[in-house]
Amino acid sequence: MGTVRLCPGAQPPPRIVVHNLSVSYGSVLALSKVSLQLKQGIICGLVGMNGSGKSTLFKALMGFARPSTGTICINGQSVAQAQRHQMVAYVPQAESVDWDFPLSVADVVMMGRYGSMGLLRIPRSCDYEAVRHSLERVELWPLRHRQIGELSGGQRKRAFLARALAQGASILLLDEPFNGVDVRTERLMAHLFRAFRYEQRTLLISTHDMGHITGFCDQVVLINKTVLAYGETSEVFTQENLALTFGGSVLDRSPSPYDQTNG
Amino acid sequence: MMDIVTWLTEPFQHVFMVKALLVSSVVGGVCALLSCFMTLKGWALMGDAVSHAVLPGVVIAYALGLPFALGAFVFGVGSVAIIGLIKQSTRVKEDTAIGLVFTGFFALGLVLVSKVRSSVDLSHILFGNVLGIPPQDLQQTIVIAVLVLLVLLVFRRDLILFCFDPTHAQSIGISTGFLHYLLLSSLSLAAVAGLQTVGIILVVAMLVTPGATAYLLTDSFLTMGWLAVASGVFSSVVGTYVSYWSDASPAGCIVLVQTLLFVAAMVLAPKHGLLGRKTIRPFSR
Repeated sequence: MGTVRLCPGAQPPPRIVVHNLSVSYGSVLALSKVSLQLKQGIICGLVGMNGSGKSTLFKALMGFARPSTGTICINGQSVAQAQRHQMVAYVPQAESVDWDFPLSVADVVMMGRYGSMGLLRIPRSCDYEAVRHSLERVELWPLRHRQIGELSGGQRKRAFLARALAQGASILLLDEPFNGVDVRTERLMAHLFRAFRYEQRTLLISTHDMGHITGFCDQVVLINKTVLAYGETSEVFTQENLALTFGGSVLDRSPSPYDQTNG
Repeated sequence: MMDIVTWLTEPFQHVFMVKALLVSSVVGGVCALLSCFMTLKGWALMGDAVSHAVLPGVVIAYALGLPFALGAFVFGVGSVAIIGLIKQSTRVKEDTAIGLVFTGFFALGLVLVSKVRSSVDLSHILFGNVLGIPPQDLQQTIVIAVLVLLVLLVFRRDLILFCFDPTHAQSIGISTGFLHYLLLSSLSLAAVAGLQTVGIILVVAMLVTPGATAYLLTDSFLTMGWLAVASGVFSSVVGTYVSYWSDASPAGCIVLVQTLLFVAAMVLAPKHGLLGRKTIRPFSR
């Protein structure tokens, strides 16, 4: 099996450079002075509490949230340029789509190819190939004719991962990909993420599961409105840093639901 | 008993009936295709709003001797822009803003009709005038319908993506703002074409019902489009015939046939109908 055909322009080493990024919604500051750099061929875990700005960081990287200060550079290009060149694929936390929509699984994955098609979006043979290859990798090829809502929760996540794959992007942004998935999907995804790293793609994955961080993340970013710590997992993923991130100790004891661990 | 051949052929002896069948089936088909996007995007209420809001535009255009499509276009798109403005800049919710704006525009239209001296007959606008459509209106209506048809066909894949997952469209660099206004412009133009056929009050049926009927019958967008168009054209033709032989309002007959088709689909649809729903879909929420 070959790798998914990358679109022209997606070949240079993927690199995300975020410099001094702040995002606010009205008067609420969601992210403040975030700076980080992601190299090619790494998996970077994004860890923080709910409301710590993880989704906002993804939205800023996708150009959905406008930065009040700072810059984002993707492969040396602006966010909009990188999107037009199909360099970035984004899989949001919860797909807020209408699951009764009259589309098959294969139709949805084909939508990943639209950005690199002509104006009329008429699929070429390479587009069908990319869809087939992506569906095979997430093990949904036999279900390709199903209506999208007839998939289970884990299968839906895999279908949207397949769409991101079909896009052929070298950078994948995955917001809580493991949320509410079955064991089979979780294993398959973890396996795929390692394969993507081998293919020299760059992955930014937000997760609550500490096992995933130590399991396959090369780097980790700890955030709470700003970057608290960032670097190689072995150096950064320490109990002190986690305590800083979650405002209390997480690993040494299991807190009761009534514990107020305000650090 | 009247034989079926006479029933089918006699209306063709009248030029006005030939025109009526032509216009109502072309407009019915195009509105039906658009109705697929309206139902999937959840824009039924928007369709209602836009179709009412075009009234002052049509009256002004008639008074100034401009193509009525131009007036309808300006007021249709303008009304949605104002709805958006009210929603963003006040605490009023969207459905309230829609209710406010379209009634306001409609009222303005009523005042203009009664005050501006023109050849506009209010009852024709409200209830349609498919049997007495003037030649220049006939031409305009056909041109508008063909234009909307072309836009929907050329941009159908982008519009499906826009209805299904605008976030993804944005993330691959497709302009959702462009698609939003494209669909909105098509809606305004289709509304004014439908207005000629069934009138302002019933035009929303043409922009919603065929799509809803087809939506119950299939899980494929392509099939849905064909079914909607077929049901739209069928309703226009049958409705016009029934209105000829029973001397009833053509607009009422056309929309009634559409509604009956929907009811039939609701009961009989193989998978999503009330009788056909034998198995519960395994993972539906």
